[in-house]
Amino acid sequence: MSERLDGDEAEGEGARPVGSNEPLVTVDGLEKHYYENDSLLDRLLGRDPTAVRAVDGVNFTVERGETLGLVGESGCGKSTTGETLLGLREATAGTVRFDGEPVGELSGDAEKAFRRRAGIVFQDPFSSLDPRQTVGEIIREPIDVHGIDTREERNERVAELLERVGLSAAQRERYPHEFSGGQRQRVGIARALALDPEFIVLDEPVSALDVSVQAQILNLLGDLQAEFDLTYLFIAHDLSVVRHISDRVAVMYLGEIAEIGPVEAIFERPSHPYTEALLESVPRANTAERDRDVEALAGDVPSPRDPPAGCRFHTRCPHAREACREEDPKRFDAGTDHEAACFRAVDDHAYWESAPLDPPEERVQATESDLEEQGERAADGPSA
Amino acid sequence: MANGEGSEPLLDVRDLTTRFFTEEGQVNAVESVDFTVHDGEVFGVVGESGSGKSVTALSLIDLVEPPGEIVAGEVWYRDADLASEMADSHPEAVDGDAVDLQRVPPEVRRSLRGSSMSMIFQDPMSSFNPSITVGEQIAEAVEVQRRASATPRSTRSRTQGFGLGSMLASTIVPTRDYVGDESHDRAIELLGQVGIPDPEARAEEYPHQYSGGMLQRAMVAQALAGEPDLLIADEPTTALDVTIEAQILNLLADLQEELGMAIVLITHDLGVIARTCDRLGVMYAGEIVEHGSLDDVFDSPVHPYTEGLLGSIPDLDDPAPRLDPIEGNVPSLLAEEMDDRCYFADRCPKAMDECLDKPPTFAVDGDGVAEGANAAEADATGADTAGSNRPGDAPRGDATTHTAKCYLADHAFDEARALPEGYFDESAEGETDR
Repeated sequence: MSERLDGDEAEGEGARPVGSNEPLVTVDGLEKHYYENDSLLDRLLGRDPTAVRAVDGVNFTVERGETLGLVGESGCGKSTTGETLLGLREATAGTVRFDGEPVGELSGDAEKAFRRRAGIVFQDPFSSLDPRQTVGEIIREPIDVHGIDTREERNERVAELLERVGLSAAQRERYPHEFSGGQRQRVGIARALALDPEFIVLDEPVSALDVSVQAQILNLLGDLQAEFDLTYLFIAHDLSVVRHISDRVAVMYLGEIAEIGPVEAIFERPSHPYTEALLESVPRANTAERDRDVEALAGDVPSPRDPPAGCRFHTRCPHAREACREEDPKRFDAGTDHEAACFRAVDDHAYWESAPLDPPEERVQATESDLEEQGERAADGPSA
Repeated sequence: MANGEGSEPLLDVRDLTTRFFTEEGQVNAVESVDFTVHDGEVFGVVGESGSGKSVTALSLIDLVEPPGEIVAGEVWYRDADLASEMADSHPEAVDGDAVDLQRVPPEVRRSLRGSSMSMIFQDPMSSFNPSITVGEQIAEAVEVQRRASATPRSTRSRTQGFGLGSMLASTIVPTRDYVGDESHDRAIELLGQVGIPDPEARAEEYPHQYSGGMLQRAMVAQALAGEPDLLIADEPTTALDVTIEAQILNLLADLQEELGMAIVLITHDLGVIARTCDRLGVMYAGEIVEHGSLDDVFDSPVHPYTEGLLGSIPDLDDPAPRLDPIEGNVPSLLAEEMDDRCYFADRCPKAMDECLDKPPTFAVDGDGVAEGANAAEADATGADTAGSNRPGDAPRGDATTHTAKCYLADHAFDEARALPEGYFDESAEGETDR
């Protein structure tokens, strides 16, 4: 198998830069806004389009051979980040560089070459496979599209891929509905591997699976990474899965990165109150859990249509002060390779001098009375 | 019952079997499930998708719809008033203060829904009517309970005193509405009780104006409308984000303390179980394969499936470099595809030749098979079962016993009797995935 893959690589668009210290992926100021009220009728009526700021200025890098975990709650923009980064959605602003090349400006052969080098595995193994294709055809399709090798070689390749992800080559004539969720996710992974990529975005690859099957897939992903030198961007909401698989972790909240750093630093010494709250909230599967007093975060995630001014987390943050309402914290150093978008990471910041806000429960009472106005109110000032 | 009321379980489920008769064949969704729930405790049911845990919940509250059918089993529910009401008409269904809900007429079972048992579901968005305000929907639940409790059980119905004429009149004359002002006030009170800020204003809103967490709170409020003794929560936090999940779990714990309800909590998440439950049953392929207190099951699991589940979860605080998954997939529950063996044997790392015969339920005791099993607890249970005069007193999920449907609970794994590797590959053609 590895022999074949090496052969492919040699025929590819050029040798990979070996030993380069440049990050494989560099994301700089990435924004993706969706617009509502943006139809022709709305324009004729003079309505202003509303921006849903799904991803709002995200910076990070993915180093070669590492797994960057991107974690956050639903609606925080983590999947949009993954898709925009691959150019599957057009970015509103910002650049993504893959191996030094800006992804947004690629076209023609360069774009085709990029598509071979970067793949994606989707969350839902039920809707991401065409029900009318056999799994053999599904896995072969990318190789067909890129016109690699002869038909026989492609078929042989499909058989190898099936075996590699833990299915049997004899199952190639079956249709997706004949497989269980875990097996379908294996098919999705085989499809992503078909072009021998360097980089794979894994968008919640295990969240639709049962725990016993989830563990199989996590082990498989780990094995494949070691075998084929893959770089992963692993998007998930499950913190224990992220801790298990990641080398570095970025925590997203409302379209921004709240904290980024090495996995131990994020989980052992979190610097951002949101990361702390996430870790606090996860129920642990052990008998000591019963007696753990969990301090749940108050309130809901504000709407990305009109996110709170200042620090986006200040409406729910137990440590919020006046300064958090007025100024959006940049990412500050919180240790080696570890950055947090929180004033608390800076010892001599004006934050420490400003007045604390009411506890979040009271703030939430005031801001949540009307969900529609929640964002605005939070922006004006959260206490009623 | 000879015993005092305190030691009697609130709910005693015996041999509950639910099947679905589908076009593809008979599906054995729940098979001979036994467990008990005591006053004020949280009993957890954990299992993977398709293990029958939700159908177990629906069977308890008699919400299984065709093609599904509860084909066997007893659901003893302790309710002194109900027992005395039923004593004359259905003596066979009464045992002391307890009533076998499977042997009373469906109207009686229905009369218990809401007032004695109620249920919250996984997906709050699809459990509410999108075109009626949340307050109105909760008030409706309150009204149903108010009207029902005002009339004798035999004639209770949800539309008591509200016939077709009243319904037509209510479209013209607003004062003839089904739901009265009192119920509306109570609904607002309930919304406040479950921690919804500004309940008066929020009661006037529609479900789409709520966030997922808020709607789940509203569903809890609705379930509390009849002041039930038993709350069945089917994956109550699965659709929610982790910070919201923590809020809902804290809410359930607070409410339970305040109202003294018993809760049957169904989930696939062992973390949620560890956070909330006193005792639990682990379900696999329609059966409870291991049952015991939280400490028994988590710290000294006997069934290889329980061990496998616990080994499959990445530990947040102390990650291992590699997970220890259960190989293979969750089996189909089609009766024709189920052999008469331990259903887990084909995925089990410790399958022996005797596992080809269906294992009975063994009590896990302190004789070295399962280290750490609490002998004192086993004794206490012995006394408990002795007082029972209900049929079928085989070792079962009573009180605090630790039981497992596995030969390993009886004797240790014997390498010499292990099934050869790949034994099931030939016999089960469809299970080629490892």
